[in-house]
Amino acid sequence: MDENVLVLNVCKERLHGLEFVRPVEEILRQSKLDHETCHYKQLTERILNRCTHMIICGTSLRDNHFIEDVDKFRWLFDNFPDKPVLGICAGMQIIGVTFGEKLKKNQEIGYYHEKVSEDFLGLEKDFDEGEYEVWHLHNSYVDFSENAWKIFMRSSDAVHIPQAVKHKEKKIYGVLFHPEVRQKEMILEFVKNG
Amino acid sequence: MKLGVLFSGGKDSTYAALLAKRAGHELACFLTVDSENENSFMFHTPAIKLTKLQSKLADVPFLLRKTNGKKELELFDLEELIKDAIERYNIDGIVTGAVESVYQASRVQEICDKLEVQCFNPLWQKNQWELLDELIESGFDMRIVGVFAYPFDGKMIGRKIDKKFVEDIGKVHKRLRINPAGEGGEFESLVVNCPLFKKPLGVNDIKAVGAGNSWRGEVKLKNG
Repeated sequence: MDENVLVLNVCKERLHGLEFVRPVEEILRQSKLDHETCHYKQLTERILNRCTHMIICGTSLRDNHFIEDVDKFRWLFDNFPDKPVLGICAGMQIIGVTFGEKLKKNQEIGYYHEKVSEDFLGLEKDFDEGEYEVWHLHNSYVDFSENAWKIFMRSSDAVHIPQAVKHKEKKIYGVLFHPEVRQKEMILEFVKNG
Repeated sequence: MKLGVLFSGGKDSTYAALLAKRAGHELACFLTVDSENENSFMFHTPAIKLTKLQSKLADVPFLLRKTNGKKELELFDLEELIKDAIERYNIDGIVTGAVESVYQASRVQEICDKLEVQCFNPLWQKNQWELLDELIESGFDMRIVGVFAYPFDGKMIGRKIDKKFVEDIGKVHKRLRINPAGEGGEFESLVVNCPLFKKPLGVNDIKAVGAGNSWRGEVKLKNG
């Protein structure tokens, strides 16, 4: 089956979609990958049935209204457990909260250098000592437990924030940074091999 | 939402304002930081004195703050300006024309979050060629008012950004990989007319002043 990627918009304000959703669409479009975009409030079973992969995009620093709709996302993961999912920033937080993990406060804005401990969606451990410059824009993160999640990247500060994770049994990935800024190929790697 | 726009009078901040308006938001005010530092890290400078007039043409209230252009003082002045906009116009958010400028984007994000207002960057990561095409298709009349990199010189000053310009810049891009929309500071623009303006800015002449690959345009208006 050819890839058909669902790009899930979680922005409360439509204008934020241009900042957090359009760049992801642009990467898929440039690689000629079929995709469609939908706001999570308009998500239906029909849309989910026709997509092969799903990318849950990020949103602005001061937009976390999606937390109030965890049931909607729980429905999604319960009914489509085999669908490969990549959560970006807020998308990663949605994944974590939906799976019962804890949301914590920590602000990171700007470029940071982060290291992968193992290869992760095209980010290679052996390339440049596994260090990548990533774009952060968040006020919160999820403290993923290592029981259910494999953690591929943690921040180098004292908090050791999980920055890149994968569910141990499902094809569910999360990154706290925004790959659409500096790691565009990661999004393509997720669609091709995720 | 009531939004304030960080307005330089150039193509990106003006287009960001238009996109915000098209998305149904109220343009409550345009905010300009006038930096004495011609090489400001944060603020576009060549034709900044015209932003007041451009705001009038767009029928949007205007707020100005001068800064001496020292790196961290610029940020303090920007924060004070945004505070002023919140107090006077009760804005809920700030719009910027940031495309790839990380320094600018991250600083504005931090200030907005601190002041508890939203930050909108509708051009963020936008393909530069598509940005130029969209601007031209949307009826933007834009002129070059500053060039700051090889191979540009004074002959570029005053030039209209149109399809021929895009074609020419494409040739330079192929050779030197410069950013086609000037995002790397290669050139700066002035919006003379756009769908936000009631009428065009009456430009009589743009005189090139500079040397080598660093030139600025001195804009002379028809009634000034």
